[in-house]
Amino acid sequence: MDASATPTLRARSLSKRFGARTVLRDVDLDVARGETVVVIGASGSGKTTLLRCVSHLEIPDSGTVDVDGRPIGRIAIPGGFKDASERQLAVQRRGIGFVFQRFNLFPHLSALDNVAIGLRHVLGLAKSAARARAAEQLRKVSLGDHLDKRPAELSGGQQQRVAIARAVAMQPTIILFDEPTSALDPELVREVLDAIRALAASGMTCVIVTHEMAFARQVANRVIFMDDGRIVEQGTPAEIFSRPREARTRRFLEHFDAEAGATS
Amino acid sequence: MSIDWNIVETAIPLLARGTVVTLQIALAAGVLACLFGFTLGLAALSNIKPLQWVISAYVDFVRGTPLLIQVFLVFFALPVVGIRFDEIWAGIIALAFNTSAYIAETVRGGVGSVERGQTEAARSIGMFRWQILVYILLPQALRPMLPPLTNELISMTKNTSLLSVISVYELTRAGQAIISVHFVPFEIYLLLALYYYALIKALSYLSRYVESRMPVL
Repeated sequence: MDASATPTLRARSLSKRFGARTVLRDVDLDVARGETVVVIGASGSGKTTLLRCVSHLEIPDSGTVDVDGRPIGRIAIPGGFKDASERQLAVQRRGIGFVFQRFNLFPHLSALDNVAIGLRHVLGLAKSAARARAAEQLRKVSLGDHLDKRPAELSGGQQQRVAIARAVAMQPTIILFDEPTSALDPELVREVLDAIRALAASGMTCVIVTHEMAFARQVANRVIFMDDGRIVEQGTPAEIFSRPREARTRRFLEHFDAEAGATS
Repeated sequence: MSIDWNIVETAIPLLARGTVVTLQIALAAGVLACLFGFTLGLAALSNIKPLQWVISAYVDFVRGTPLLIQVFLVFFALPVVGIRFDEIWAGIIALAFNTSAYIAETVRGGVGSVERGQTEAARSIGMFRWQILVYILLPQALRPMLPPLTNELISMTKNTSLLSVISVYELTRAGQAIISVHFVPFEIYLLLALYYYALIKALSYLSRYVESRMPVL
């Protein structure tokens, strides 16, 4: 990473607790433009909460997030910052795309309108322009033949690709993927991973939480291992997967290998 | 006890005239009630606290007082402060306000019960709260909201009979007028019941038809 450039994403000291349980402890995360960062770790390690706090779908208890040097969730005032209002946050959040584990498509809208609705009402495109750009995005994830289908008429893999097109169409600075294949039947995982891989290759800045280790190894510029709400270790895929320094990382990966061996 | 069929024959067209008025009142009040009710219900889901308080006080007042008193308030009390309606519009307004409070609660509950992931997805593409309500949550809530909405509109249609007390010449009043001339309460009240029953049945069939045409999400 070029240390002199402003990182596309800069998160500092993010902490979050739910009741008595601390899920995120003082996490820093920088992501450079065009970088693909994969976050791995056991369930409950804080990966999802990290993404949700970065996007401010969950408001962190403390810490700051900036995207392209612009604050998320706070507003500069003379002498410091104040919390952004819900409305201000909605505007700030437009730079951050989010792909959910369970797709969260709008069930009352066609695939095309799922993608077009944000273009029309958030970016203010005319109806025809919004639909044209939405169709183009859907074709990029090989869904050109399914524009008019409702989510219920699509497979899980197709739905998740619509969700990816919906996020990409908004032209965000960065896209966060929260376990994008965890809710899919095994045979549908590949088409979604291919879509994400193509997106990362096109230069989109991505942070991906996933349990797909082979995919992580291929696609990541950097792998982050989280445990107990902290980043334990990070490095290139080779560093993390082949020679992890931390005992906890090794234990997690061994456990994973054993499981993969058992199911294959 | 035998039925006086001559009276029945005389009454049928007279009651039909009252039925038309009842339908007109129900239609006007129903449209207004839906407009107010949806607006109030959505406004109650905004995050503007004073607005939420005002709406919840309004709903509380309407549900906590009898409709008959509300009709009297509009028809007899408002003119004292200079707001005057004729009896038909006073009735329509009282019914509309009354029903709008129940509709507002239905809308608030229906829209509020749409799965949380929908709001998050809409927020993730940068939509404002009102856009999420109008474009994402409300359309998904419409179908589940239809049965309770129908119940409220049916209650409202039955309650139009209360307007007979402020001399609105609707179905009940039309019947009472015949009774006062011919003194035939048995035939006429029985007929009135049948007329209302037919009206309500037609409404509920209409509602079920609309519901069947709405897509299941």
